[in-house]
Formats: sequence, structure tokens, C-alpha cells
Amino acid sequence: MSPSLDRISERFIQLLGATAVPTGSALTERAPLPVPSAGPAQAAPGPVQGVDHALKGFDLNVAVSPRQVVLAAEILDQEGFALDAITGVDWLAQGEMEIVYDFFHPAISLHVAVRTRVPRAEPELPTISSVFPGANWHERETHDFFGIRFLGHPNLAPFLLPEDATFHPLRKDYQP
Amino acid sequence: MIAQPEAFPTGESSRAPQETFVLNLGPQHPAAHGVLRVLMTMDGEWITRAEPVIGYIHRMHEKMGENRTWAQFLPNTSRIDYLSAMHYTHAFVGAVERAAKIEVPPRAEYARVITSELNRISSHLVWWGALLLDLGGFTPILYAFEDREKILDLLEGLCGARLTYCYYRFGGLCNDVDDDFLNGTRKFVQEMRPRLGMYRDLVTDNIILRKRLTGIGPISAEMCRKYGATGPVIRGAGVAYDVRTIEPYSVYPQFDFKIPVYPECDSMARYLVRMDEMEQSLRIIEQALDRLPAGAFMGKVPRVLKLPPGDYCYAVEAARGRFMVRIVSDGKDRPYRVKLRTPSFSNLSLYEEASRGMILPDALAMMGSLDLVIPDIDR
Repeated sequence: MSPSLDRISERFIQLLGATAVPTGSALTERAPLPVPSAGPAQAAPGPVQGVDHALKGFDLNVAVSPRQVVLAAEILDQEGFALDAITGVDWLAQGEMEIVYDFFHPAISLHVAVRTRVPRAEPELPTISSVFPGANWHERETHDFFGIRFLGHPNLAPFLLPEDATFHPLRKDYQP
Repeated sequence: MIAQPEAFPTGESSRAPQETFVLNLGPQHPAAHGVLRVLMTMDGEWITRAEPVIGYIHRMHEKMGENRTWAQFLPNTSRIDYLSAMHYTHAFVGAVERAAKIEVPPRAEYARVITSELNRISSHLVWWGALLLDLGGFTPILYAFEDREKILDLLEGLCGARLTYCYYRFGGLCNDVDDDFLNGTRKFVQEMRPRLGMYRDLVTDNIILRKRLTGIGPISAEMCRKYGATGPVIRGAGVAYDVRTIEPYSVYPQFDFKIPVYPECDSMARYLVRMDEMEQSLRIIEQALDRLPAGAFMGKVPRVLKLPPGDYCYAVEAARGRFMVRIVSDGKDRPYRVKLRTPSFSNLSLYEEASRGMILPDALAMMGSLDLVIPDIDR
């Protein structure tokens, strides 16, 4: 049974309503993060938002907290989605890093963007490579470019950059 | 008496420990299709682990995107996957048009479809020749390049470039399709059909090729989903995923064409998908030529392009699979962020899992069936 936009939205709303935080997690200490938004000049949207594909190129926008990304990936995995890409955006002015996860469905036109934000000073969040093994490479690349650390990732060594690289070129304050 | 070194201790081989060794394939290797390096841990002839090492031709196109205006980044898009340049330009142009709400005239959309499909055929011809070269057959690449040359000549007539076309512009094209191109393309379609028949008789039905590819290199639909593999790889695993029909863009919904799907999941299935796709591309080109509307080839575009803040995606079916551009705008005249999601990257990421337990020549045949373009992986 192929998923519908409504069912996916419903599952995400359930997930975001019950924000059970696992005890002992490295991420529990942190203050709650502001709701991520798509751009700097936009009003803060709801965490689960249907989007017009013709205008934006994706169908559902989901904003989660960093510790919920694995649960979000599990939902999309159960619904038969495929991993499209993982990337970052450096919002220097807000002092945050945004991580965007794209998923597409192999049978129907449904492109879901899951996004979360971490503070620039401590860019850490769990890996989803245990759910989608393909995330391994995408997360390694995002670590290369932004210095975002994916906790539990098997190997965050430089990937596309030289093997001794210690810099992160897509950070907005990067000076070559 | 001089002591002889015991080079080959007799009677010891049966008790020799089970040792593995590391075979370093590349980054300069004729079978690796460019600067790809694979660290292979071998148990004799069998692969226990094959780890691709990439980044040797990394150019950081995404950073370049942040340093120039939207239009100035356009030539970069042809240089990511240089065999499939039209599709990549299409995705970037499409994303910007979507964000700026630029209307593209129908003539330009039809011309984009014609040139994209020509580019798909030329890309598949390179793959076909290179795969057979990997398998030890030298002749086919000469045939493939003869046909490819005709496509390159046609596209060169349109935009002056033979590989890095940059033919599409925001709102249309840089040049109109002229009669020389249209007549030449019609002639090419007629000539190409019998050539595809000849390829089938000469190569596809060849027993040596069948034995090298059939049942070799299984990549299941589930593995494709977990790694995000697309294009002929997922269609060779029985899933009819093609961006042109699942997430339609441009004027593709107006054409009648099939998505070739083979459920065998092996290298032969991926081979057959691409061979059938060339036939389908010819069908699309024929229909587009018949229905090509008259009119402008360029829409109205503001002189200084500033996109409304927000992020926008645009996905196309490139020759190797799903290529997606995600652009983030903060309202200025240049991108805040450009993300290029390339198909070869995801298609190669499953190689480590898929090649486990294979023998070396089969793993290389499977690599050929993935149709990798290394600059597309490294960006």
C-alpha cells in the first residue's frame, strides 16, 4: 500500500506531539531549539507543512528537533521512502546550522524534506545510517563541508576533501 | 655449503593460514572509469570488502555556486556530469524558473526535451562502449562513438559546445532550434534505429556477453531504496521509478513512451534497461519533432535576477538517474546555498555492500553496469 501525504503528515504530527526524550542521551541537556524555518525572512511555519510541489519542488516539509531525526527516518523507512540526499545550510546570522534530509518515494510523486537545526557552536546530532545505510556517505560529506558531527557514525574521516583536511569550506565564515 | 632460502617451503601450502590482502585499484586505472580508487580486501580472487575512495576530482561546485550570480553558475552545471550535461542544466534552470516564477515558452520546452533525449542517447552510447571495453571487447566502442559523433555534431550546431553545452537559459534557450538541427535530428533518428538493431545482433545477443552479465552483481530494489540508487540501477531491479513519469517536469507528460523495467536485478538487467531506453528516447524525439510549436524560444526574464527567499527543489531524470538541485535563496542576486544531489554518488554508495563475496572480474563488470561518472560523484 503506497502512502498518502495525509498519512505521512499524521504520523509526523504524532511524533512531534509526543517528544519522548531518551534518558542518558548526550542531547538531553540542551535547551529546546527554535523551530527551524525555510528561510531567514519567513514567518515560522508549523512543524508539519504541506507544500505545493509546483511552487517548491517538494510536497511535505517537516521540522523536527535534532534528537528526533532517527525517529523521522524510521517513519519514512516504514512507509517505503528512499533516501535522496542529506545536506546542511549554515545560517551564520542566527548562529545555527540547518540539516536537511530529502526523501523520495519510488512509486508515487512524494518528496519529503525533513529539517532540523543545531547550534553552530556545537553542531551534533545522531546519525540515521543505521536506518538508511546510504546516509553514511551523505553524512560524511556534510561533515566535510560543514563540520557537523553525526553521533554514532561509523567513519567521519574526510571524504571528498583531502585526507588531512581540517577545514569546512561551506561554512559561511570559512576563509581559504 | 651455501644455505638456500626457503622460497617455496614444500608441504606447507595446505597448512597456510587464510590470509587476505589489500588490492589498491586506482585512482589511475583503466578499469576504473576516471579517478576512482577502490580499496579491495581480497581473499584470493574473492572480495571481502571493497571500499571506494573518492574525492580525487573534487572541485567544490557547491561553494562556487555561493560566489557567483544565478546566471554565472549556469556553465558549472554542464561540468558536473559531463556526459549528461543537458539534464543537469535543465535541473538548475528549472529550479531557478520555479523560484522566480519564470514562464518558459512551449517551443523552448520541446527543444529541451529533444536535446535532453539526444544527450541521453549519447551518454548511453559512451557507457555501452566503455562497459564492453571493460569486458574485453574493443570493437563496440568504435561503433558507439561513430553514432555519438552525429549527436555531438548536431548539438554543436546549436550551442557551439560538444560536451559542456550550457544550452538552456532561465526562461528558454540561448539559441533557437534551426532547420539544420531539426532535419539533421530527423535523419539521425532514422539512421539510429537500424543501428540499435545491429547492436542487439552483434553484442546484446552475444553468448559471451550474456555469460558475463546474467546473474552477476545482484542489486535488489530494497538495496536501491536504502541507498537512494536510481536510474537504470533501480529500473533493473524491477521498480519503474523514472522522474519523467513519477515526478513529471517540462512537457514530458505529453509524450507517449515506456519506462523499460527488468526485474532480474543483475548486470544484464541494467544493460537491457539502457539499451531499451535509447529506443524510447528516439520515440520521444520523433514525437517532439512532429509537434514542435512555433513561437518564441525565450520567455520574459528580469535583467537582474533575485529570487524570493526560501528553498526550492527541481529533480530531473539524468542519464544516470535522479539528479536534484536544491537551491536556498536569501533574496540576494546570488545563491545562499546550492545542493547538487547526483545519481552516481548514490549509485556507487551501495558498491561496498553489493560487491561483497564477488570475484574481481565480476565486480568490475558490475561497476561498469552502474555507469559511473567520477566528476559527478566528486562534484
